[in-house]
Amino acid sequence: MAKLKVEGIVKNYGGIQALRGCTMSFQEGAINGLIGPNGSGKTTLFNVMTGYEIPDEGKVSFNGRDITAATPNEVFAEGIGRTFQLTRIFPRLTVLENVHIGARRAGAISQIKSWSRPEERAAVKDALDFVNLTRLAYEPAGTLSYGQQKLLELAFILVAKPKVMLLDEPAGGVNPTLLKHLGGRIKALNEEGVTFVIVEHDMEFVMGLCDQVSVMHMGASLREGKPAEVRADPAVMEAYLGADLSVEAD
Amino acid sequence: MTSTTFQSTELPRSAYELPKTVRFSSLAVVLVFFAIFPLLFTNPTVSSVGVWAMVFVMCVSGWNIFSGYTGYIALGHAVFYGVGQYATALLMLHMNITPGWPSFILIPISGVIAAIFAIPIGWMLLRVRKHTFIVLTIAMMFIFQLLAYNWSSITQGSTGLQPAQPLWAGDTFNNPFYYVAFAGAILAILTSWIVRRSKFGLNLLAIRDDEDRARSLGINTARSKLIAFVISAVFLGFAGSVYALFVGQVFPQFAFDPSFDVSLTVMAFAGGIGTIAGPAIGALVVSSAQQYFYITYGGQNVFLIVYGILFIALLRLLPGGVVPAIAGRWRNFVSSRSNVRDPHHDEPPPTADVAHVATGAEGGSN
Repeated sequence: MAKLKVEGIVKNYGGIQALRGCTMSFQEGAINGLIGPNGSGKTTLFNVMTGYEIPDEGKVSFNGRDITAATPNEVFAEGIGRTFQLTRIFPRLTVLENVHIGARRAGAISQIKSWSRPEERAAVKDALDFVNLTRLAYEPAGTLSYGQQKLLELAFILVAKPKVMLLDEPAGGVNPTLLKHLGGRIKALNEEGVTFVIVEHDMEFVMGLCDQVSVMHMGASLREGKPAEVRADPAVMEAYLGADLSVEAD
Repeated sequence: MTSTTFQSTELPRSAYELPKTVRFSSLAVVLVFFAIFPLLFTNPTVSSVGVWAMVFVMCVSGWNIFSGYTGYIALGHAVFYGVGQYATALLMLHMNITPGWPSFILIPISGVIAAIFAIPIGWMLLRVRKHTFIVLTIAMMFIFQLLAYNWSSITQGSTGLQPAQPLWAGDTFNNPFYYVAFAGAILAILTSWIVRRSKFGLNLLAIRDDEDRARSLGINTARSKLIAFVISAVFLGFAGSVYALFVGQVFPQFAFDPSFDVSLTVMAFAGGIGTIAGPAIGALVVSSAQQYFYITYGGQNVFLIVYGILFIALLRLLPGGVVPAIAGRWRNFVSSRSNVRDPHHDEPPPTADVAHVATGAEGGSN
């Protein structure tokens, strides 16, 4: 069953067509990969799905509900968390404070209460333990290494207990040891029911981790299927390598 | 996440946090000193310096609740200071309120009036970000100044308003104003502390660091900024009211004065913008120095030259302000002793503003 679905999305920036009638669906409880050459519209699609961009045409639906015009905070409230291509943490706050920001609270009065409430502290501690950052809880987040910042970004989304997590190039700039750790964390969360959509250029990471892979090319969907099927599709190879090169490869 | 995956235990306390006894005893000493200040310094000239210092603590701590926590530097908060002054003067003149203690009821009323003005102003100005916002706040301040000059039927234009002053003895005339301003200053710092430790305050700091990221974590940034803007305006309204009652004169050029906003900014930066104690310390030191130069050198505006020198010196020596600099040194000292950092921290830090981060200005222990 499709958890998150985009239908006929068109997004233009002046004369540039970033998305050209893109239609895709991401399966519930799966780790969905989203791949494509640079400039194929993957990040734009993420921005459309998370309320950062309103599409010129088309519809985004989550659990059957239309969220096309929802703002980023409304999308988050629906249960969709995301990370960015370049990590976006809160560098002048401590690691602990960063994770607490992700904790959701209902009602205006609760916002006045301490940011570190006992019922949230346990979830925050769990998230920090999960990404192995507990010992750095009181350090300013801006002093963490790039890989640790990737993990921190994951932690503050985890605290909100999202139903779907959109990860934009989680492997970018991460060393192999940390990448293995990150892959393990994603798998563990997926086993607990979290649906993932992962944009990634590291094919080994995508093919080893994802249940389903969607390929984008020139702002539209090119292919959707199991990793092995996608890998074997000549059209995908052509999109990645170019027509001439794919002929040479043949 | 399921609970079976993790072992939930409480995090240990921050190694950077000062013991509670040290924090509370130093706070008590400071409070007692300022509570008995007019009794220790009976000279009216000195106590008037105390009144202005408290007025500025109120203003800068209030301003910091918005500008310090959200990172939106407002250079037009003189609008609310001026609105507070005019609200008090007009109510004094038209409601026949007796000068003296009964007139102090106008202070909270002026704060509320300033807040009412802040709602539409904030709603309009906060549609833009950062640098554009700064320019618009300055423009708004000049619009109000022009209104005060030209709406003579209400403001009396450049003639100004002269609310009556109480007939108190000259030696102790300043003391009631000092204590009222002191109470306002404590209220501003207390509010700043409540905001800083709340989830709302954490949301404001998240907006300061990365507003778009904050939105993607469910924070309604527009509403949060507007609430902070209105809260900060209340304290400027309070302070403007104290000014009108204390000075007994309200003129457009002083009510809506661009140098007032420069003063607030210098004071906040000197002490440490975005911290609780920093703006109050900056206000105490800089406003007292300003008064000293004013008393010593008269109206030659020597303090403006000092502002310039101080601002350059701060940018060079303590870019984060005094409190973050001390907090940063304390963090380094504790880190070097307890080795809390990850020993395997071998990757270079990324794009963060490390110079600022190193000050530890907004760490949980501050």
